[in-house]
Amino acid sequence: MPGATGRRWRGPVVVLLPLLLAVACGGGDEEESGAEGGGQATKVAKIGVIAPLSGDLTATGTGIRNSVELAIRQANEQNKVPGWRIELAAEDDAAKPDVGAQAAAKLASDAAVIGVVGTYNSSVALQVAPVLERANIVQVSPANTNDTLTRGESFRTNPTRPHKNYFRTATLDSLQGGFAADYATRDLNFRTAAIIHDKKAYGQGLADSFRAQFERNGGRVVATETINPGDKDFAAVLTKIRPLNPDLIFYGGEYPEGSLISSQAHGAQGIRAPVMGGDGIVDPTYTKTAGNAANGDFGTSVGAPPEQLPSARQFITDYQRAGFRDPYTAYGALAYDAANAIITTLPAALGSARAVNDEVRRKVLDAVGKVSFDGASGRVAFDAFGDTVTKTLTMYKVENGEFKPVKSGEFRG
Amino acid sequence: MRQFVQQLVNGTVLGATYGLIALGYTMVYGIIQLINFAHGEVFMVGAFGGLTVYRYWLPESMTGNVWVALPAVLLVAIVVAVAVAVLMERLAYRPLRNAPRLAPLITAIGVSIFLQEAVRLFYPDGRRQQPFPRLISEGTFEVAGVTVAWVSVFVVVVAVALMVALQVFVKTTKTGKAMRATSQDPESAKLMGIDIDRVIVVTFVLGAALAAVAGVMQGMRFAQIDFRIGFLAGLKAFTAAVLGGIGNLTGAVLGGFVLGIAEALATQYVPHGSSWKDVWAFVVLIGVLVLRPGGLLGERVATRA
Repeated sequence: MPGATGRRWRGPVVVLLPLLLAVACGGGDEEESGAEGGGQATKVAKIGVIAPLSGDLTATGTGIRNSVELAIRQANEQNKVPGWRIELAAEDDAAKPDVGAQAAAKLASDAAVIGVVGTYNSSVALQVAPVLERANIVQVSPANTNDTLTRGESFRTNPTRPHKNYFRTATLDSLQGGFAADYATRDLNFRTAAIIHDKKAYGQGLADSFRAQFERNGGRVVATETINPGDKDFAAVLTKIRPLNPDLIFYGGEYPEGSLISSQAHGAQGIRAPVMGGDGIVDPTYTKTAGNAANGDFGTSVGAPPEQLPSARQFITDYQRAGFRDPYTAYGALAYDAANAIITTLPAALGSARAVNDEVRRKVLDAVGKVSFDGASGRVAFDAFGDTVTKTLTMYKVENGEFKPVKSGEFRG
Repeated sequence: MRQFVQQLVNGTVLGATYGLIALGYTMVYGIIQLINFAHGEVFMVGAFGGLTVYRYWLPESMTGNVWVALPAVLLVAIVVAVAVAVLMERLAYRPLRNAPRLAPLITAIGVSIFLQEAVRLFYPDGRRQQPFPRLISEGTFEVAGVTVAWVSVFVVVVAVALMVALQVFVKTTKTGKAMRATSQDPESAKLMGIDIDRVIVVTFVLGAALAAVAGVMQGMRFAQIDFRIGFLAGLKAFTAAVLGGIGNLTGAVLGGFVLGIAEALATQYVPHGSSWKDVWAFVVLIGVLVLRPGGLLGERVATRA
């Protein structure tokens, strides 16, 4: 509109831009639903869940939440903790560290909370673990794979455990990235790779460990690019990679961006190299969004494929019978085991206590470190760092629009 | 060289979407000096409107037919976005027309959050990504070694056609003249018998229609939408509008293309460009504003009489 320009607009712009950014990072919500059953028990202990229940990663977060709910329902039905009813307290972290920290603070201030299952994102866990640690609440993550969470910043040379309350049933990025690199160089005979990651704790950690092992095996990384979570258009990055002609595009990140990278690389950009990623992309949403472009892509995931594990079959049957609307996803069995790791300790820890208190929380915290039982995903037990002793990984390949397991094993470095 | 041209193509496609949304920001600003931060959400709601018609209303036999499905999706997207924009103007902004300037701005942010949450909570399964139909061929063609997707051609052609149509509308029609008059001096325009309220509604309608088309095009390109796509798109488009000189139609379009191309070229040619592409986009913005505080095509700041 000629002549209508440039009145005093800078004031509002300067004021509002940061405000708008702040708003964009908020918006967490909660989703609570008490587990039913438990007879005439009156005392209540809550198990919290912190996972993405809104936004791009909802599919995974909901699978985690439901699997924990299943474990709680079963505990109440079977009266595993006599005299107590266990309830679910699910909080949304929207896959954002600051929202996760708020959720953790909320759970920590709830006197009935005895333990927390979560988070999905390693970056969120880095904020959540210290908050729960101050309240002596045990945290068991079904999905965090970033090494620093259990072994500190210098995990390669001098591992030290940063949070005494933190455990996980998922294996580490350093193992996952290494396993992927071994598969790429030894099974697929790939020599060159381009790496893309999303700069988050998980994505970058995975990409770094892949690179280290890939180069150790004699492979060459021809490019390392980064993207922003939330971006949709990756044409520029892929155009840059195309003339380098890598055998493989390794992506450290999650399925919302990973699926777009696959569809744009194999579609408009005409790149033939498959995309390989970690457990963050092994999700039905990835193949659904990328469509045919995803065929031939690879993804590693933690644990053996649930469908093939005898121990997981019962979980799958129970989950399906429980009538959840959403699938259990890659982390369902691990979340179920994480919840049970906490529940197992409750009869002894709660004992005759009148209510959940600091002493009970400490007892649970100590006891979780010592649990050992056969869960849905395999042996559930933790080492001195709080990491799972089960280190099985599986490589999946997309065939006809579905992730199919092609190789399971352990990575020994 | 081929890389350079390919990145230019990438940037142009990106810029076309930015420009189309930026027009809505710049028009509303030109008329009522409001930075309508909810405009990104109009874009998002439009995309969801288009998805709804495709998923629930179109008979199955028609979904594969581009000549039926595409116009239907676009039309409903526009209708939904326009309805939302008109309601937004009527209920949220008009009562604050004479309030201090900050009030409507804060309201705009409120409307933005309201729309996002409404889609998240009330659209079926709105919390998660929704697959969006591609509608036209996924195919590509090559010109001198540069790969172009057909959908990109569609995006750029439609965007440019709409931009030209808007210019023609504003320059030649009576309503367009009324818009220009209102933007220059609303009081005098009113004295000349122009119905200011109507002009403002028309402005919102035009901006919303363009945003809805952009929303559908984004859905087609990426085959997915979710309730948050409006935020980033809106932020980039707003940047484009400021870059071009907010209030200036040609400026918004130019700003969109400059921003898109700057992002693509930064990725290619700046070391660690992919990590820093947004930074470079904003460096371009700041650079332009330092040299030309009114934006690329903005005019000198004149205090209103």
